[in-house]
Amino acid sequence: MRELVSLLNVFCLLSLLAVGGGSAVLPQMEHETVTVHQWVSADDFATIYSLGQMAPGPNMTMVGLIGFKAANHAGMSDAWAFAAMLVVLFAFYLPSSFLTYAASHIWDSFKENPWRDSIQKGMAPITIGLMLAGVYAVGKTASFNPEHSFHFNTLTVSIGLAVTAWLFLNRINPALLILLGGVVGWFFLRGI
Amino acid sequence: MPPVENKPTCPEIFRAFFRIGVTSFGGGLVAYLRDEIVTKKAWMTPDDFLAALEIGQTLPGLNSVNVAIIAGRRLAGARGAIAAATGLVIPGAVILVILGLLYVRFRNNRDVAAALAGIAAAAVGLLLQVTLKIGAKQFLNPLDLFFVLLTFVLVGLFHVSLPVALFLIAPFAIILRRPRKEAAK
Repeated sequence: MRELVSLLNVFCLLSLLAVGGGSAVLPQMEHETVTVHQWVSADDFATIYSLGQMAPGPNMTMVGLIGFKAANHAGMSDAWAFAAMLVVLFAFYLPSSFLTYAASHIWDSFKENPWRDSIQKGMAPITIGLMLAGVYAVGKTASFNPEHSFHFNTLTVSIGLAVTAWLFLNRINPALLILLGGVVGWFFLRGI
Repeated sequence: MPPVENKPTCPEIFRAFFRIGVTSFGGGLVAYLRDEIVTKKAWMTPDDFLAALEIGQTLPGLNSVNVAIIAGRRLAGARGAIAAATGLVIPGAVILVILGLLYVRFRNNRDVAAALAGIAAAAVGLLLQVTLKIGAKQFLNPLDLFFVLLTFVLVGLFHVSLPVALFLIAPFAIILRRPRKEAAK
């Protein structure tokens, strides 16, 4: 039960801090769930995040799986694990949704306010910095992991950079590229 | 509330967003939303959609979910907002439960572990590309780049808590972009 409350606290706060989209809270989420509360391992976090990129719908729905694993980790039954998953999904989506719902009522009076533009312009680089920190938070496990061999890391970094380059050069569904990454990983990373 | 061309019922709203929730593999949800709400159903005008997107981007939370909340509210009030957001989120959540259970069951399999490592490596590349694409303007502007790097170093490397970092950095970032008289010309 205490675990559920902790999950609720952490993910409600993350919801309200997700300025400029969900990816902005990735570094903080990684820190809270892996280092502070140890609900999931760094490997789990990277894998759960990447699974979230393959599923349809909002990419941060993967937070539910973190709740599920956290409950597993605390030794709860599967039923409780599903409850934890729902708690996390609600915690992560409800607070920001309430805020948006309320704000959309009063938006028209705010729309012409010149500060709105200032806020958006001022927050933009912070969001980008947070997303970059998100790349680092997931990448230090998934791409350049000191626990893996140099050969392994060369391959994972190459896969990532290849995806980045491919997406800049061609319009292709990123989910397909991620699946392709899985095939390449299965083929080349198995032996190492 | 401005007039909308069609007033759908809540089940219709749920079905429309559920369809997006099922088919939107690979991100770029806002484009899917626009296609369904503006182009296919004509539930919102392009301008209304853009306004909804502006709110969704300014406020915390996922842009796609925020847009769903705003669109749902305009179409059918609070129930519409709930129908839209749940329709959008539920399919992905169900698929993730299945993926998650498979992961827990097969994670120690050598083939699965290797494939997952490749998938995670590719996901990092995707996030990097999205960051570079959205941030192209910020990376090229020295002042913005300073805030990008400052945020990255504080939150990413030194694990300064996100609320602390936001309250420290955001006021300066916003003040430096404050409205100026000459900008109005």
